[in-house]
Amino acid sequence: MEILVCVKRVPDAAENEIAVEGGALRGDDLVYSVNEWDNYAVEEAIQIVEREGGSVTVVTVGDGESEEVLRREMAMGANQGLLLSDPAFAGADGLGLATVLAAAVRRGAYDLVLTGAQADDGAAQVGGMLAAILDWPFASLVNSIEAQGGLLRVGREIEGGAQEVSEIDLPCVLSIQTGINEPRYVGLRGIRKVASVELPVLDAAALGVAPAPARVRRIDYFVPPAGAGADMLTGSTAELAGQLVELLKAKGGLK
Amino acid sequence: MDNVFAYLAHAGGKLDDSALELLGAARTLFPGAAPVALAAGSGASLDAACQEAAASFAEVWKFDQEVLAYPNAELLRPLLARVLPPGAIVLLPHSTLGMDLGPGLSVKLGAAYLPDVVDGSAAAGMTLEAVRQEFSGQASAHVTCDLSAGAVVTLRSGAFKADASRSAAGRIVDRSPDAAGLAARRRFVKLVQAEAGDIDITREEVLVSVGRGIGDKENIALVEELAGAMGAALCCSRPIVDAKWLEKPRQVGTSGQTVKPRVYLALGISGSFQHLGGIKGSPFLVAVNKNPKAPIFQAASVGVVADLLELVPALTEAIRKGR
Repeated sequence: MEILVCVKRVPDAAENEIAVEGGALRGDDLVYSVNEWDNYAVEEAIQIVEREGGSVTVVTVGDGESEEVLRREMAMGANQGLLLSDPAFAGADGLGLATVLAAAVRRGAYDLVLTGAQADDGAAQVGGMLAAILDWPFASLVNSIEAQGGLLRVGREIEGGAQEVSEIDLPCVLSIQTGINEPRYVGLRGIRKVASVELPVLDAAALGVAPAPARVRRIDYFVPPAGAGADMLTGSTAELAGQLVELLKAKGGLK
Repeated sequence: MDNVFAYLAHAGGKLDDSALELLGAARTLFPGAAPVALAAGSGASLDAACQEAAASFAEVWKFDQEVLAYPNAELLRPLLARVLPPGAIVLLPHSTLGMDLGPGLSVKLGAAYLPDVVDGSAAAGMTLEAVRQEFSGQASAHVTCDLSAGAVVTLRSGAFKADASRSAAGRIVDRSPDAAGLAARRRFVKLVQAEAGDIDITREEVLVSVGRGIGDKENIALVEELAGAMGAALCCSRPIVDAKWLEKPRQVGTSGQTVKPRVYLALGISGSFQHLGGIKGSPFLVAVNKNPKAPIFQAASVGVVADLLELVPALTEAIRKGR
């Protein structure tokens, strides 16, 4: 099975304290990494290829700095990387990104396209848009995949921890939920092995695509006016522990 | 605005809570709009949902086909693309169905897509000015959405007040023939309910909940000891289950269990809306997090900025001494 996985370089919310200053994210000390959901998508693609044969290509829309996330995913085991880069792609909204990715899908012969279920902006939109542009079937929030002849049996994670099981025809687009697998560890040695691999770069002309002007635009980031919020305790560790014991006792938290 | 539509989620003959929230959102975002409700399904359960909707919406479009009995976005998307007029503004819940349906629907309609809106207004005309959250609630953003070619807008659960006025004596328009001949390349097979574990955290009155801030699998033992000392049950947020450090039945949140404890101690949990959505009944919520800006402190009754690896053992010891 030929699988394309769409990945994105994002500020790492687990590593950063996201702070807002003057309408923008405070950027000087932001640590970037591959979007958490995308790691699960790449791991799943690698596992499918280990079972069924084929190859995994990772693709991203971005500038030269996005190369590092492609190399990281290749170190995990993706066979090829593909960078889609053009000044015309900057400022694209979700539809713009999906349009660029669709052009890359059409240049290949893919059976399956995976994305992370969502990224830093929580929009969860590119996979569904990509499927609609390609006119392929789509399933979001996928937490299990099983190949069955010419189709896939997929599970979607829905509310309350239940799973919705469906059959889906190929080719299709799936957005992958965290927890579907355990993404493998990437060591320094793995990164070094792919450090000098040539990464093809395709621009707007090569892809034959011009994303439409964004209809959804972010104006600024802001900090919402804080509500009353929590009553904050202060003191040494021992003092804090003592205060918490009293509070828990008073509220029936110690049985 | 005379082209606003609301997709109604329903099950077992009852409207989902999101249905009247969409109506409330329509009134906030598009003042003066008279949204048309869209209800798809099959048989008596659809009829009952339409009756309930007609008390609140002036017009309800009913799409009754056997194949629509289970809400499959791969069928609903072509159906809505077929029946909605050009320029339509479609409101969906930002649920697992809305996320499945919405992005592709916007492409098929040639409309803009604005997901997971928590506030906003389109009083100014063809632009919707809205508020979204990014980085799991750690930053908010003002966004604008061009409505001139229509839009699909999904709304955060609980962000808009449900319109419970039931002031409409609406009419139900049977548009079932428009839904004939739908076929999907993704076919629903079955629902698998969440596995039951050896613990039911939904019945526990005192919960100790651990999140990503605990850092390492080995540190879970510290929290287990604390829960033991308190006589509390141990639960967790999603990343802990994704990492396989605790089992799924212990996960609190919209994709896990909904709990109603008296006391909830959140350790190293940032407080995403998905996690907070699983905590009901306004418990006494104590949050410990090393990030003073973590959204959990907005929801908590009492907060402590501290390193879990220092505070948790100290708290366990203080409780044991006090016995």
